[in-house]
Amino acid sequence: MSSRVEILNAGGYRSDGRTQYELRSLEIILGDSSRPRTINLHDSASNPHPNAPDGSAIVGHGLTVVSARVFGPREPLLRREAIHDRAKLSVQVAMLPFSGGMAGRRRGRGDKRLLELGAAIESTFESVVQTGLYPRSQIDIVVEIHQQDGGTLQAAINSVTLALTDAGVAMYDQVVAVSAGLHSTAVLLDLTHHEENDMPHLTVAVMPRSGKVTLLNMEARLHVTRFEAVFKIACEAVTVIRDEMNSVISKRTTSLVASISDSAGPRNLRAGNEMDE
Amino acid sequence: MFKFAPLGPQISVYEGNAHDSYVNEEEMDWDDDLVGNKTGIVAPGQTITSVTEFMRGHGTFADGDEVAATVAGTLQRVNKLLSVKPIRSRYVPEIGDLVVARIVEVQPKRWKVDANGRQDAVLMLSSVNLPGGIQRRKLESDELQMRAFFEEGDLLVAEVQAFFMDGAMSLHTRSLRYGKLRNGQLVTVPPILIKRLKSHFCALTCGVDVILGVNGYVWVCKHVKENEQVGEDGFNAESVYSNKNDYIDTSTRLAIIRVTNVVKVLAQYYVSITDVTINHAYDWVVETGHEPTDLLHEDVAEALIQAITIS
Repeated sequence: MSSRVEILNAGGYRSDGRTQYELRSLEIILGDSSRPRTINLHDSASNPHPNAPDGSAIVGHGLTVVSARVFGPREPLLRREAIHDRAKLSVQVAMLPFSGGMAGRRRGRGDKRLLELGAAIESTFESVVQTGLYPRSQIDIVVEIHQQDGGTLQAAINSVTLALTDAGVAMYDQVVAVSAGLHSTAVLLDLTHHEENDMPHLTVAVMPRSGKVTLLNMEARLHVTRFEAVFKIACEAVTVIRDEMNSVISKRTTSLVASISDSAGPRNLRAGNEMDE
Repeated sequence: MFKFAPLGPQISVYEGNAHDSYVNEEEMDWDDDLVGNKTGIVAPGQTITSVTEFMRGHGTFADGDEVAATVAGTLQRVNKLLSVKPIRSRYVPEIGDLVVARIVEVQPKRWKVDANGRQDAVLMLSSVNLPGGIQRRKLESDELQMRAFFEEGDLLVAEVQAFFMDGAMSLHTRSLRYGKLRNGQLVTVPPILIKRLKSHFCALTCGVDVILGVNGYVWVCKHVKENEQVGEDGFNAESVYSNKNDYIDTSTRLAIIRVTNVVKVLAQYYVSITDVTINHAYDWVVETGHEPTDLLHEDVAEALIQAITIS
């Protein structure tokens, strides 16, 4: 089926019109995910619902859309799960029934593949989150896969990074992931589902500050001599995604800071009994 | 909504150093030697400074010679101490804070209380006002009837008394202003919106009382007249630990709903919540003649925010 479509044509374009190293369009919605996606003067920052997540984010890499919600740090639901000197991270991954993907198989909660995905995310973030700051508590991360078109793991990791940032959980660094594959000798970045089926590919998660790799996931066989090239280019591409994530974070932080200080500003709106700092 | 197609063909030139700080050189001259953009807003993992003489406070960590942020928020500097205040987070308690909280569990000699912190708070039986004498010691009979004071699901207002070794907070209600809450309803808002005030018990001009818990829980209730408050001598467990609401007339109920919705809207637009902002917003609602429920429509909410921030 897929062999009839050229992965990389003579002009150097891929089946969706991208060039070799071009990433898909990146869509990031930081913060309250329960509201419709309207362009709003103030993005709605707080969901007053008592069970609202502490942080959330939706990340779309092209047609792959993944959302992450962070609850906590909070009291562990089961007291015996509490760790006395640090927080426990627990990740749940769900694949929504309509998320599609050509695999076409519905995956329930106990599915091995989803558990593996959750475990990968958990171990990735365990070293990045400053869990020592939150002893005896639990940070629950719920990842939902809304649409699948390749690069599910990368979208999941990126969305969890953003959701943790939104929840104000302290992290040594962000974790940013991207997928890359090899088509004969050409390295392709940010693969679609179609491309993933046709070539050996890997997902790399990097902490951009230190350049350390926290996750490398490869399910196919790739010759050692080729591996380095793919790996290096993926590591470089991560910084581009990181910059985009940061610009969204700083834009949102700026707007929230502005709306707080607007109301507390010198417009005789100061509380009558406000304390002097 | 945000769309971006980051990489063009030029990406094939891989000469840049991946570990460059992404703060532009021109923007680095913020405050003395602080690296950070001019607004003082940082993201996790962003280098704040590479000058070693700074001390690192909350929200930062040392990576070799550099100090970097661990949360997204605003950079604050007190002399040599650098800290980053997160723009959104759970409640971080301080001793003396007034909090509104909910009982989640009754344990031997203590209640476990949800106060929006990273762990459940503890309310010891010895730190509540017991019926009878004003400052009497707890008895075995008190231990056996703890549910007569607070049951699961009860809301209370308390003060942060101390911390345990693991950072969990211990509360106390040893004041006649503290204790069980009734005659009203709860609104939850992000804790950062509640500034520390001289008094968190606010009697609004509209005849509704508001308790602004620093932990982001706001209690809106019927006004209690000064002379009807339970006095030192008239302390009786009947009224303090009662589970029954007083009679609340319709206009008070409407006022409570209006205040509640005002607080919800303020929180939604991330405006700080004080007695003044609530009064201001309430007056606007009354002036414009909106029904309490109208506030939940986006256009009305936006008009409200416009009105109270640009005035």
